[in-house]
Amino acid sequence: MEHINLVHNIPFFSIFLAMLCGIITALVKNGRVAYKIHTIMVLVVGIMSGILLASVVKNNEIFTFMMGHFPAPWGNELRAGPLEALMAVTFSIVMLLMVSGGSEFIFKDVLPEKQPLYFIMLNALFGAMLALVYTNDIFTAYVFIEINTIASCALIMAKGTPQSMVGTTHYLVISLLGSGLFLLGASILYSITGHLLFPQMKEAILEIIKTEQYRLPLLVVTGFMFIGIAIKSALFPFHSMLPGAYHAAIPTSSGILSGLVLKSYVILGIKLIYCVFSEYVMETLKITEVLFAFGLAGMVMGSVYAMKERKMKRMLAYSSVAQIGYIYMGIGMGTRVGMTAACFHILAHAITKTLLFLCCGSFVEDSGGKEKIYHMRGAAHRNLLAGVGYTVGALSMVGIPLLAGFISKVYFATASVYSSGKMAAVLIVLGVSMVLNALYFLPSVIAIWTPVKGAESRPTSSVSPVFAVSIVGFIILNFALGIYYRPITRIIQMSIDLLVQ
Amino acid sequence: MGEKKSVWEHLKAWVDGEEVILDADKYIVNRSKREKKNWRRNFSMEYIRGNVKLYRFLSIAISVLFIGIMLSVVNDLPEFGNPANPADNEVMERYLESGIEETGATNFVAGMILDYRAFDTFGEANVLFLAVMCVVLLLKKDQKNYSAKEEQENREDDFFDENEKRPILQIGGKLLAPLIILYGIYVILNGHLSPGGGFSGGTIIGAGLILYASAYGQKKMQTFFTFRTFTLICVGGLLTYCACKSYSFFTGANHVGFEIPKGIPGHILSAGFILPLNICVGLIVACTMYGFYALFTKGDI
Repeated sequence: MEHINLVHNIPFFSIFLAMLCGIITALVKNGRVAYKIHTIMVLVVGIMSGILLASVVKNNEIFTFMMGHFPAPWGNELRAGPLEALMAVTFSIVMLLMVSGGSEFIFKDVLPEKQPLYFIMLNALFGAMLALVYTNDIFTAYVFIEINTIASCALIMAKGTPQSMVGTTHYLVISLLGSGLFLLGASILYSITGHLLFPQMKEAILEIIKTEQYRLPLLVVTGFMFIGIAIKSALFPFHSMLPGAYHAAIPTSSGILSGLVLKSYVILGIKLIYCVFSEYVMETLKITEVLFAFGLAGMVMGSVYAMKERKMKRMLAYSSVAQIGYIYMGIGMGTRVGMTAACFHILAHAITKTLLFLCCGSFVEDSGGKEKIYHMRGAAHRNLLAGVGYTVGALSMVGIPLLAGFISKVYFATASVYSSGKMAAVLIVLGVSMVLNALYFLPSVIAIWTPVKGAESRPTSSVSPVFAVSIVGFIILNFALGIYYRPITRIIQMSIDLLVQ
Repeated sequence: MGEKKSVWEHLKAWVDGEEVILDADKYIVNRSKREKKNWRRNFSMEYIRGNVKLYRFLSIAISVLFIGIMLSVVNDLPEFGNPANPADNEVMERYLESGIEETGATNFVAGMILDYRAFDTFGEANVLFLAVMCVVLLLKKDQKNYSAKEEQENREDDFFDENEKRPILQIGGKLLAPLIILYGIYVILNGHLSPGGGFSGGTIIGAGLILYASAYGQKKMQTFFTFRTFTLICVGGLLTYCACKSYSFFTGANHVGFEIPKGIPGHILSAGFILPLNICVGLIVACTMYGFYALFTKGDI
């Protein structure tokens, strides 16, 4: 028996542990027990991913893990490097804080007999996101996209209100369009390359570019796949399902969907760019330019929509559209510096938007289910901690120094210098978008800190300890990422260099 | 809107969230009234009719564009069955040439989906499980989605189920359902030897269960197939799958050895884990099929 490298087994363990907990939860009748199983699972996965991250960063390696007895072109494979491990760690931390902080909403808004089902979906969603991050096989990616879609829809509809049904239907239809395009792309890609695994596909595609045979199918396939992923991650013209869905879902679901699920598709897209289509092909086919243009449009339009919105959750949903625009702009710059900025923004947005949704949910609850920003005046005085959390989140999204959002904007601006011909566009749109961000986030911040005339501002409605811990955790994370960003960006740069090889 | 506000007051109102844009008091009053009515967007036919021509033109244009793109792509794709195709490569060669030896299954498809690429199939089994759990979350009776009127209707249905004489359906169901289920079991158990396997066999068993349920009513089904049995079978199947595959992934990836003996190809007890995996998948698919039927008709299993 050879020496077993347990660290290399971590991706496989994480995915299977999440799925296993999802299956076991079906036997549980009590929501609290299901919640405990979920928390322990995420904690264990988080610790394992941390070990994996430390190990791959130390060894500066990216490794593949054979799922079964058969090597690469015949069997399934997972692949993990610093980027994957970093994302897994972030997903675990955010998931842990969000679900524990938002557990009250789950227990209040979901019927007791259906709470375990909600946790089944959360576990499966977590497993599927990990699988999307770790996968090295295009069909595995599709299967887990399916799981992701089903579980996200379940999270939205768990509230059981008519609005949530409408939101779910809209979300389902548009996501299925995305999945369909991805599947179509994958099947045509298989027929012109003859492979399903990323590295072999990459070789075959480079061959196609060289020989000019199947050039048109390749172009169309690339288009389909990236449009599919763009739809899934709600890039600007395909964002219409977000506001309704996030508005109707319970805040925990909205936070997870916006902070993590959208990001898992973006990461899959990044892996496709480097491991399947390669930078050269992306540039030859002009896909990066298209993503860049839509990213810029999304940055502005998302903010414009958000300014028009008067309900807080819908405003946050439109703000997600703008932030996804930022990420695609970074990807579309076509340079590694731009990609680093995009990856950093994925992290920054994941920890910030979940915090905002959590606080927003708490405000809505305090003001008796009223959702307009107008009704939330004085909310910060009623619930001080949530008020501070919302303020930190909003300032981070606007891009105030010391906070995570600032760093990603600095990186975007820096990256624009390296991409020829795009600098002016990036800088102008970045400036406009930041002003717009401030224009819709600051009024809501001022509104929650403005006491209502006449009504006494009670200091606080009781805040549960887990909620407090999770808000404080998110705030600390935000500052940590805003101040000690160097190690993170170094890991990202390293992982991108490894991915390109 | 009689008194004039200063610019500062407007700005203040906007910051408070009372106004969206300057000089828009009237607009806001109107909008908030309209929004109060209903959460549903009430599409009036007049509103839609105004744009009908544009919609029609756009939908036709986009569809024609996509059809054109797709047709030209299909035209450029490799010809079906041509030996020089990119898909005829070392991957297919190994599946066909050493499939029997490496997986022990004479059915190559079973070998491929349950051994070479078993991780994808694990995902697919989970998709089915999650889909049915989603439907449970959505449709299983609870206080939010189940009204007294529906209760009444359901009771009437049950009454008809019990008292209505449907001799052809009932005798047919009685005779056919066991045969169908038996055939499904045969397809599952021979999944590694002949065409078929867990997915197709499970669907056949599910069809048998649905036939029986529609002939005799759900009450009768519940004597042997309750929600509890349903969950237990699904979870048991998935857990077995998970355990088998974890074992084989772990041993395979780490080169530990301890391989499951493949047996003699062609025998019923052969092909390592493929037979138990087929049984698990079959059970899950059968339960899912019947579960969908039961939940969509009665909102309960």
